[in-house]
Amino acid sequence: MEGLRFPLRDPPPAAALRARLRDFLREAGRDWTPEIRARSWMGFSREFSLAVGREGWIGMGWSRDYGGHDRSAMERLIVLEELLAAGAPAGAHWIGDRQSGPLILRLGTEEQRRTLLPGIARGELAFCIGLSEPDSGSDLASLRTRAERVPGGWVLNGRKLWTTFGHLCDYMIALVRTSPAPEKGARHQGLSQVLVDLRASGITIRPIRDLTGEEAFNEITFDDVRLPEDALIGQEGAGWAQATSELAFERSGPDRILSSYPLLAESVTALRDDPAAAEPLGREVARLWALRRMSLSIAGMLEDGEDPVRQAALVKDLGNSYEQALPGNLRRMADMDTMPEEVRRMHAYLTQVAPTFSLRGGTREIMRGIIAKELGLR
Amino acid sequence: MSDTMLVDQVTRALAEHCDAATMREVEARRFPRQAWDALAPMGLRLALVPEDQGGAGLGLETAAELFMALGHHGAPVPLAEDMVAAMLFAASGLEVPEDGVLTFAAAGGTVPWGAFATRVATVHGRRLHILAGGIANGRASISGEPRDVIEHATTLAEVTLPESFGDGSARSLTALIRAAQIAGALGAILALAVDYANTRVQFGRPIGRFQAIQQQLAEFAEESACASVAARSAARAADKRGLAGAAFEIGCAKIIAGEAAGKCAAIAHQVFAAIGITEDHSLHHFTRRLWSWREEGGTERFWAQRIGAEAQARGGAALWPDITARDEGIAP
Ligand SMILES: Cc1cc2nc3c(=O)[nH]c(=O)nc-3n(C[C@H](O)[C@H](O)[C@H](O)COP(=O)(O)OP(=O)(O)OC[C@H]3O[C@@H](n4cnc5c(N)ncnc54)[C@H](O)[C@@H]3O)c2cc1C
Repeated sequence: MEGLRFPLRDPPPAAALRARLRDFLREAGRDWTPEIRARSWMGFSREFSLAVGREGWIGMGWSRDYGGHDRSAMERLIVLEELLAAGAPAGAHWIGDRQSGPLILRLGTEEQRRTLLPGIARGELAFCIGLSEPDSGSDLASLRTRAERVPGGWVLNGRKLWTTFGHLCDYMIALVRTSPAPEKGARHQGLSQVLVDLRASGITIRPIRDLTGEEAFNEITFDDVRLPEDALIGQEGAGWAQATSELAFERSGPDRILSSYPLLAESVTALRDDPAAAEPLGREVARLWALRRMSLSIAGMLEDGEDPVRQAALVKDLGNSYEQALPGNLRRMADMDTMPEEVRRMHAYLTQVAPTFSLRGGTREIMRGIIAKELGLR
Repeated sequence: MSDTMLVDQVTRALAEHCDAATMREVEARRFPRQAWDALAPMGLRLALVPEDQGGAGLGLETAAELFMALGHHGAPVPLAEDMVAAMLFAASGLEVPEDGVLTFAAAGGTVPWGAFATRVATVHGRRLHILAGGIANGRASISGEPRDVIEHATTLAEVTLPESFGDGSARSLTALIRAAQIAGALGAILALAVDYANTRVQFGRPIGRFQAIQQQLAEFAEESACASVAARSAARAADKRGLAGAAFEIGCAKIIAGEAAGKCAAIAHQVFAAIGITEDHSLHHFTRRLWSWREEGGTERFWAQRIGAEAQARGGAALWPDITARDEGIAP
């Protein structure tokens, strides 16, 4: 159970950075509607991401050579926390900052780093994640989209599904098959990660309307799409291992804890004169505090160069359950119809999207499977 | 000796001297003499006493690891109570007794291990009373652990605790001990349950192969990890800001531990099924302690009420800034 160890870590004193962030967000957030704030990092605003980039708050840990800011992982965490706590629409740079950029930094060629990272750090280049397919959700290794080698590059065919902001992004990093799976044994072999410029010809992007009436995720079809030689990221055939270690970044952050925080804060204010709400609110606050301590622990391990994939799965599942339960818990404290407009609308929005929290980034059952395996079961 | 070496040493000693039989002995209201005599010479009494008063000067964060190690074995000896009582003695300028068994309690509350203690420190706001004798068997807790009442005790001394202890130090210290012990016990139960799931065969395979069992134990592991992080973090906060200054974190840790205790005890019993509720099986010694310990040092309800009321008074806009400021050493 070594993989479920959580050493404590404290954030560095960062009063000045937090104060700057809070001022910036107060100003930027003047006109954010309750829905925008409830959407959190699932809100997409190029303009906002450019402004965040100008402040030096994207790609913070990357070297200046690549447009980064040579800051610590903990300082980056502070930025993420403040964006989330404010309910900022950070979706246009979230994926690039969280996983595509770090992936390129670690495994990309010098050329890829120089052409892509500065744009991500400026908040100009938006990335999406191309994992899921129509027949491959949790069972990701069964994916069928394939890239075949041709002289001077690759030809891509297949289909990705549920690609968040695919219709708004510049690039996708896709996990695809580059050689057939062996008849017997690991289906994980023969997968690679490729960079896809979403303006290339042969790509059809079809937004899919979700239950709130919005179009956030997409179906993306690749029909003989030509990719250049240097579209390959990392090693050919090592895509599974690369994508898996990327998941430690994808799953471990404060975005798995704070997605519904703005609703909690508004509710505390709205219910401030209700003595009966004190106890249930106190439980929410306690869990928030404890989950944040877990998230800090993971940030510390990442900073120390460890690979806390299992801890990340554990905190993701706990955090998702917490974020997800909030709208329902609030209904036990008050009738939403009697609440201020801000709370009522955030609550309505979050009630509809909360089910996705334990799906996106890997489902609850898959997270618990990872933990069970670490416990030595199965 | 480094803190980790001490924790390792105590962990090994507990494994050697405490088992289900020791817990049974306690539940039969006998003092676990053998275990105590083996463990007391390790000198834990002086662990939390400052160095300039002849102690080891350890912090509560290390103590929390010791409490977890104790919890892992069902805490069948009053080492935590003894260690913390000695800390209270020293903090109020009293000499720490060398022999016997020490314990502490909030004034008016039941006294853990009281009937076996040679000295009891009771806390009245910031006043500390040292009592001897006159402690009667009280009502046993759900777990059958001694929780005794004071009847005609003699007061040997009355002193004052430092300001940093605040008015609720006995409750906070009990909360911290029990939260950490719960986290430790959860680790022990999880190991037992995983082992059982991998060996108990039904339908031709170990029940641990069934996904329903795996998912429940994974949830157990989540709650257990959360309780451990919370308890250790709260102890660290108390080292930094004093007991009164860390009431928020201690309360949060107790809420998390109490909720985890309820959820995990239920999961464990589901996994063990019938064998788990037999007197012979060791599971109940642990689960009954979970149910007892969550009642002590303030329940989830007690602390949540407090923490929630404080959040209400501060308003939603202060909630996040307050949480971050505490961790970054800025007074909210
Ligand atoms: C809002 C949102 C945004 C998303 N954005 C992206 C994105 O940007 N890029 C991307 O690639 N994907 C994205 N996804 C897809 C997401 O990763 C998948 O939904 C997820 O991996 C589950 O796949 P599925 O939906 O096909 O469900 P399935 O895998 O079909 O699962 C259905 C149910 O069966 C359960 N199940 C499946 N296998 C097992 C098993 N072995 N044991 C127990 N239970 C099992 C699942 O837990 C689930 O409850 C997004 C999803 C959502 C909801």
